[in-house]
Amino acid sequence: MDFSQVSWPEIGQATLDTLDMLGLSALFTFLVGLPLGIVLYLTSKGALLQNRPFYAAVSLVINVLRSFPFVILMIAVIPLTRLLVGTSLGVRGSIPPLVIAAAPFFARLVETSLREVDRGVIEAAQSMGASYRQIVWKVLLPESLPGLLAGITITTVTLVSYTAMSGLIGGGGLGDLAIRYGYQRFEKEVMIVTVVILIALVQILQMIGDKLVQRFSRR
Amino acid sequence: MIRLEGITKHYDTGSRRVTALSGIDLAVAKGEIFGVIGHSGAGKSTLLRSINLLERPTSGRVIVDGTDLTALGTKQLQEQRRKIGMIFQHFNLLSSATVEDNIAFPLKLAKTPKADIRRKVSELLELTGLTEHRFKYPSQLSGGQKQRVGIARALAADPQVLLCDEATSALDPQTTNSILSLLLDINERFGLTIVLITHEMHVIRSICDRVAVIHEGTLVEQGRVVDVFLKPQHPVTLEFVEQVSDPVELPPAADLAARLLKITFLGERTYEPILSKAVQATGVTFSILQGTISKLKQVPYGQLVVKLEGDGAAIERTIETLRADGLDVEVA
Ligand SMILES: Nc1ncnc2c1ncn2[C@@H]1O[C@H](COP(=O)(O)OP(=O)(O)OP(=O)(O)O)[C@@H](O)[C@H]1O
Ligand SMILES: [Mg+2]
Repeated sequence: MDFSQVSWPEIGQATLDTLDMLGLSALFTFLVGLPLGIVLYLTSKGALLQNRPFYAAVSLVINVLRSFPFVILMIAVIPLTRLLVGTSLGVRGSIPPLVIAAAPFFARLVETSLREVDRGVIEAAQSMGASYRQIVWKVLLPESLPGLLAGITITTVTLVSYTAMSGLIGGGGLGDLAIRYGYQRFEKEVMIVTVVILIALVQILQMIGDKLVQRFSRR
Repeated sequence: MIRLEGITKHYDTGSRRVTALSGIDLAVAKGEIFGVIGHSGAGKSTLLRSINLLERPTSGRVIVDGTDLTALGTKQLQEQRRKIGMIFQHFNLLSSATVEDNIAFPLKLAKTPKADIRRKVSELLELTGLTEHRFKYPSQLSGGQKQRVGIARALAADPQVLLCDEATSALDPQTTNSILSLLLDINERFGLTIVLITHEMHVIRSICDRVAVIHEGTLVEQGRVVDVFLKPQHPVTLEFVEQVSDPVELPPAADLAARLLKITFLGERTYEPILSKAVQATGVTFSILQGTISKLKQVPYGQLVVKLEGDGAAIERTIETLRADGLDVEVA
């Protein structure tokens, strides 16, 4: 094994690209997934704004998106990606498929965390004259914060592996590097280095997430 | 202060229809502590929750402080609910907020200025004896302390009515009593109208002025606690009274030379030697067969079953003397 042949600057650039992809896709995933999850929760059976048909429709779309394997989804949405960001390549081209894959997943995690909030606490807020908006912002979100943080952690970690997969369609970043060097040119050293970096990344994210969850747990 | 008119509530669960309340009429006066007692599933919570429309009745009107809540839109209802505080069996505090922030919560909902919030919260911490716990989270408190936070929170918006849903059912007897005296204190100090529901007669006896007994969704008896407690009419009421005191029952008459009486004392008279004075004057003898002396809210009361023996005419005179002294006397 000869690591001297490895092009470190290229690895550095790929790492930055991966972080770039990860950061942007995570940001958009949360921006889309959080409201979606809240709406799912609010319209679900027995909740404040129960709406069966609406819930069923949104739920179906989410289930469909979630049952696509990511590699297939990535290719299937290429036309939409071009429409949204002008290209299907590079960091930019990888964001839409990442968000489309991860946001429904995150929305479900949000829905599940909100369900954990004690119904009695919501009732207490209602009895004090809280509006629906206040119940969401001042009761549901603060009360489910540990669960939401855990959901954010899981989603971000999932996104790490998705970003690596998006290398398959020229998404750039560490996955791209691993495929081009490791798979196509049999330079297994590059493959090993990229895998080690990805493992380290996941470890760090999980650690930060766990710390935050612990910090905000009050039960 | 509160008027319920013809409140009926059905729950449709699949094919079955459950009638939780049927045709409830109730009036609670300003400043009184009104208790509703009933067995599990009788409809107590449903009744209480219909007062602030957490549960909207299928039919009937809810009038609080002159406003018909059932006729209001969502926004106005939210406004009116601020005048009605509520505390719960399981406290229902925000687990993510400190004691202080829990108490401040209704004020923040009403967008009260920060300085006012701070002043009000300090006052309430003082009132409920929680000042040293102000920075703790609910998970760090005992049940009694949590309920105190619940009470402080319910009082923060200066409500005129306080609804208590089994507020002491999750607490031990000693803590129950301390919470009850806090409620009584608040009632006396601020003239707050309190409606509480419970399945424990002890709670009713300790602090309520009037009581209603609910059974299978209907009110089967209501009146002043003293009357309901000392002369229960409905079998369900009797069951509840027996929770806190052995029934003082008048056995059937035994022989002619003796009469059995059930005497009820109320108020300060309970401690006066009325009975012994009466028998001294008439020369009959008495023996106590059964009896109880206790308190209703702060009013002492006693019930005795006694056997009077002696001359027939003297016995009659004794009974008359007792009645003339204002005691309630039943003769077997
Ligand atoms: N959301 C609901 N859906 C269907 N039935 C309900 C619902 N809430 C209450 N009920 C029914 O209404 C009846 C009265 O319930 P309620 O909770 O008012 O009783 P309760 O007197 O408060 O009892 P407990 O002492 O156990 O709290 C019960 O038969 C209950 O099963
Ligand atoms: Mg109940």
